[in-house]
Amino acid sequence: MPSKVENWKSEVYGSEIREHLMEFAAEGWDAIPEDEHDAWFERFKWWGLYHQRSGQESYFMMRIGTPNGVIEPGQLEVIGEIAKEYATGPVDNPEFGDAYCDWTTRQSIQLHWIKLEDVPEIFEKLESNGLSTQQACGDSWRNIVGCPVAGKDTHEHIDAWPVAEDLHEEFKGDDDYANLPRKWKVSVTGCDQGCGQGDINDLAFEPAKKDGELGFNVRVGGGLSRKEPRFARGIDVWVPPEQASDVAAGMSALFREYGDREDRFNARIKFLMDEWGPEKMRRVLQEEFVDFELPTAGEDMRDQYTYNAGQNDGHGDHVGVHEQPDGNYYVGLDVLVGRMGADDTLELADLAEEYGSGEVRLTQRQNVIVTDVPEDDLDAFLDEPLLEDYSPDPHPFMRGSIACTGSEFCSLSITETKNRQVRYARWLKDNVELPDGVEDFHIHLSGCTASCAQPQIADVSLRGMKTRKDGEPVEAFDIGLGGGLGEDPHFADWVEMRVAADEVPGYIQNLLAAYEAEREERVVPEEQRGRDGEAVERETFREFIAARDEDALQDLADAEETSYEDPYMHNTKMTWYPYADEDDMNASPAPTDGTGQPLPSDD
Amino acid sequence: MTTDVHQLDDGAWISVNDSREINVSDLWLLARHEFCDCEMADFLAEGVVEVGVDYPDIAARFAGRCIQCGTEGVTDWLTVGRVIDPDDGQFYGVVPESVHVPRKRTRLARPE
Ligand code: HEM
Ligand code: SF4
Ligand SMILES: [Zn+2]
Repeated sequence: MPSKVENWKSEVYGSEIREHLMEFAAEGWDAIPEDEHDAWFERFKWWGLYHQRSGQESYFMMRIGTPNGVIEPGQLEVIGEIAKEYATGPVDNPEFGDAYCDWTTRQSIQLHWIKLEDVPEIFEKLESNGLSTQQACGDSWRNIVGCPVAGKDTHEHIDAWPVAEDLHEEFKGDDDYANLPRKWKVSVTGCDQGCGQGDINDLAFEPAKKDGELGFNVRVGGGLSRKEPRFARGIDVWVPPEQASDVAAGMSALFREYGDREDRFNARIKFLMDEWGPEKMRRVLQEEFVDFELPTAGEDMRDQYTYNAGQNDGHGDHVGVHEQPDGNYYVGLDVLVGRMGADDTLELADLAEEYGSGEVRLTQRQNVIVTDVPEDDLDAFLDEPLLEDYSPDPHPFMRGSIACTGSEFCSLSITETKNRQVRYARWLKDNVELPDGVEDFHIHLSGCTASCAQPQIADVSLRGMKTRKDGEPVEAFDIGLGGGLGEDPHFADWVEMRVAADEVPGYIQNLLAAYEAEREERVVPEEQRGRDGEAVERETFREFIAARDEDALQDLADAEETSYEDPYMHNTKMTWYPYADEDDMNASPAPTDGTGQPLPSDD
Repeated sequence: MTTDVHQLDDGAWISVNDSREINVSDLWLLARHEFCDCEMADFLAEGVVEVGVDYPDIAARFAGRCIQCGTEGVTDWLTVGRVIDPDDGQFYGVVPESVHVPRKRTRLARPE
């Protein structure tokens, strides 16, 4: 029996939702029939609108999908203006102020506190500037991700950007693929560093050579959610770039036909991969969904993957100043937990125009990149005051921090996330010395098991939980260690469970002290020394964790209270907004009308 | 009017007649249960797995963890509230922190 959501989707779904959305917007929040709220909010997701959590009724999160994270010249200003004008809620956030943009782990943009009544104006402004919210949420082709510097990177074998752009053009708005059993996340990578994070997507194209020709190997079935993380598995298929969209069409049609529409918890293609295995996946794709002979896999470049691979001299992210093949430079800026105030966003848009081509790109680590800066302008750009807050050379604890949306807006959350991660990063920076040679240290914090902050692929994974302290329930985290990507990706091992949120920084401090004291070092023979001339080679954090069994990991470090103070220990999910002075659910102004005035409640 | 109950947003909350009523992230005290070995389970609800109506009770099974002993899994059926008068559809929720006794079976919400 199809699920309830499937029944709603079979009535109205895809592009046609828009006319209804526009009618409701014109008439106002109250125009949505009360007994149709759930059905419409489920459908609105397809147009990038996600109803915010309890206590925030009538307000929406709006997601704008920017394929491969590419924000074209002029577009960032539009995004900043929309955030400033429309993304302001009833109460400010104490860290980020009244209006802000979130750069997400899938190279998209999230705005919050959007009112239905403003949607037509926002859509018009977005779309007249080549931006869209279409399919940013909901059961269909999501934003396509990839190496954020595709086309601008010296490590590139194939420029994956035109391929990603093609897929975006072809599958956004194509009715044949508009209604899938669940979300469909696609990654296209052309560089040899693995920055596309293909391993954690439903469908991944990764650079590979076949008979001397460059193209992609195809992997299927990655994803992190629900304590069922999977890496995508190779299906022994290679495609030349010009056929990538045929294979993508075939794979998403296969998912459309065979994905589970009865149980949404079992719907992602990773579960079909569990059931079928890669051989059957390939066979069904070949027999039923493509009309040409699929070549077998080519020779991949995974042994060169350095991105988030846990190496001491690896490529942890895209922060910093890097030369492009055309002699210009791209400058990756660290945005702590991916959130940037609207005024800062507008300032960044101006700087990108002034020093670069106006293009800005988003990374899968919630950071931004200004591209196309000529060498002669680099120093002046690097001197800009905005770069003090969004640094190209940040402290490793600032640089490595990722956090999801959490209890500020999200229904599924167990804990507060972004503001807390900001406080963690600052405290760690001020109080913890990183062991010698550690320049990259990734701490990913997710408010629940959906894993939007991709905690399982970090050095330290934090996942929202609860515990009791002196009998009182408090917010807490499960702590995992040693996850990452690279040639042999590895999910974090969950080591400490239910650590009270105010004891997490103390745990990390003790953990790093243990690593520094116990890591192995080996003297590198002179003739084997690398370019850096380093005379000792140290065990990386990831190796250090991998070398230890469960008991040893448990004994590594203890959680403890420190000078760190956490203002969000109470059940923030039970408030209407965690940072309001009057935070009780009953104090919520929601739902409100188009001007933000509270509407009479129905009960 | 029939009472319309479902879980939404990937099990984030329970809707009763298109009104958000029960959320994840609450702690439920479970007695006479088979969820774990604790006398009284201190159960954190992380996701709604299934919902049902056993008039006048609204019931649900949750995925989550006992934060006392660490056992993870899915509960038997918990009564989360009642709709006493199906005509007005008004939902009266239980208090999660008080003591609940899970049951083995309930009527399923589907088909309506
Ligand atoms: C209002 C609720 C939610 C908010 C605000 C939210 C936020 C986000 C954000 C910011 C991202 C990165 C951007 C993107 O995907 O385009 C993301 C990704 C993700 N979301 Fe959510 N999300 C929500 C609900 C959910 C739910 C209900 C699930 C449940 C299954 C989920 C699972 C994921 C996963 C697994 C990822 C990324 C990891 C991957 O690629 O597999 N999210 N979410
Ligand atoms: S990880 Fe969980 S809490 Fe965080 S945004 Fe995703 S669904 Fe919400
Ligand atoms: Zn227990």
